[in-house]
Amino acid sequence: MMRRILGCSGRPVLFRDLSPDAPRVRVTLDGQVLHLPAGANLAAALLGAGITTFRMTPVSGASRGPFCMMGACFDCLIGVEGVTRQACMMQVSDGMVLTRPLGKGGA
Amino acid sequence: MRAVDLIVIGAGPAGMAAAVEAAGAGLSVAMLDEQAAPGGQIYRAVTGAGAGRGDVLGKDYLHGASLVEAMSALGVSPLCRAVVWNIAPDAEGITVTYSQDGRAAKVRAARLVLATGALERPVPIPGWTLPGVMTAGAGQILLKASGVVAQRAVLAGSGPLLYLLAVQMVRAGQPPLALVETQGAGDMWRALPHLARGLRGWRTLAKGVGLLAQLRRAGVRRITGAGDLVVEGDAHAAALRFTVGGQVQLIACDTVLLHQGVVPNTQISRALRMEHDWRAGQHAFTPRLDAWGESTVPGVFVAGDGAGIAGAAAAEQAGRLAGLQVAHQLGRIDGAAREARARGPAARLAAERALRPFLEVAYPPAPQVLSPADTTIICRCEEVTAGQVRGWAKLGCMGPNQTKAFGRVGMGPCQGRFCGLSVTALLAQAHGMTPEAVGAYRVRPPYKPVTLGELASLDAGETP
Repeated sequence: MMRRILGCSGRPVLFRDLSPDAPRVRVTLDGQVLHLPAGANLAAALLGAGITTFRMTPVSGASRGPFCMMGACFDCLIGVEGVTRQACMMQVSDGMVLTRPLGKGGA
Repeated sequence: MRAVDLIVIGAGPAGMAAAVEAAGAGLSVAMLDEQAAPGGQIYRAVTGAGAGRGDVLGKDYLHGASLVEAMSALGVSPLCRAVVWNIAPDAEGITVTYSQDGRAAKVRAARLVLATGALERPVPIPGWTLPGVMTAGAGQILLKASGVVAQRAVLAGSGPLLYLLAVQMVRAGQPPLALVETQGAGDMWRALPHLARGLRGWRTLAKGVGLLAQLRRAGVRRITGAGDLVVEGDAHAAALRFTVGGQVQLIACDTVLLHQGVVPNTQISRALRMEHDWRAGQHAFTPRLDAWGESTVPGVFVAGDGAGIAGAAAAEQAGRLAGLQVAHQLGRIDGAAREARARGPAARLAAERALRPFLEVAYPPAPQVLSPADTTIICRCEEVTAGQVRGWAKLGCMGPNQTKAFGRVGMGPCQGRFCGLSVTALLAQAHGMTPEAVGAYRVRPPYKPVTLGELASLDAGETP
């Protein structure tokens, strides 16, 4: 089996970044610090950092992550400064505060 | 309110070509696009990050930059990150309302070209809502715009896009674990009679043959004739299970990229109440258009894959035809000039379209996707299953709009974009009706969610 590359958070990185030397900025997701490429597509940057679950659904509480990457499916919804946004339609900026919408049973 | 001759929505090949023709004839053009830069999905980020990855993405991708350049040479600068959420045609023109960076604004024109392209056909199979499952298009967008590539991915489904994505992943040094295809040898045999006519589209055909040869050379495992696809995993995709030749196979993976072809994005054409027709070969609805792309709503044109799937090369030509007709209708070019300039694009468009019947039969959507199992979720937002829709049909639910009242299907944030075709198909099957007779969701503005702050930012003093 192929050796898994571990990201800075210790979780397996499922996506490889073809330009790993791009300048990074500090972002938090549910309080966890992430260093993401400045100006990158937010959904892509989170995937590149090993984050694949962006939220839980309001109906059943199931985990969801990006699906279409073009603004159509609304599955990559994530809290940005307290407002639920489509991550695939946003760009990474320094100091972004991200939260996972918890959906059913969540706050 | 800003007023122009022509508004173009969508900065992909069709929209950019329409803008180039119209602006070239002296019209003022406003172009709006949701993304951060022009290109559409096919040429996504072609003037940005993608430009440096031509070795991975290929020559056809880089062609998009020439359209962006042609557009800016004519002084058309696209309004990017502009999300259109209302369009109001009236007797004198068309008003388009959009949000950009948290503020809403209106723009008005005599003519409108919709170039909103395609969406991935929904692929309702068990497990398709798990994190780690994405569309093949999403996999490609990640490569183009972000230079991010899935490490242990299985590509699954049907259609030439899978070959292109697989080759791009090979070039990026991260080949997929396998290509699991749902079409079989029988489909290719059935498609062969269409091939002679399709040879007019030889450029595209030759590209496909070349991609398959590259995959063979790279040693990418390819399985065809697969059925009963299931993505396994608890909170994340862990494996793709499928049946081939009566045997169940399982491939462990972290990412599954699904594809069953693409379908026209008819969200706005539906909202404008254009007439649509069921295109049986494409298993999708398309707006009814004249030869120049004008719809049944006067002054509103549709160009590119949103008018019926024919690919990027065809979209560019269709955009040119729409742009020329708008210039003609607004008195900038006479009939003779329009005919002369349309000759080339019309011929190229016909050649590209000639290949489609072959591709449609060779790469059909899988039966499992057109008629999902009862327990499979078809509405991702509201988590409604195929069985629920069949149950409502038994209770007498006849149309897609009625299903909303039965169980909120199509009423989530995606507004039916990823379940509409499934609901129409399920009702048609249950009632023994044609998809045309069943119809489609009624789409209403706002086409995308809009905040109260954006609404409030509209100048109340302005007349529509």
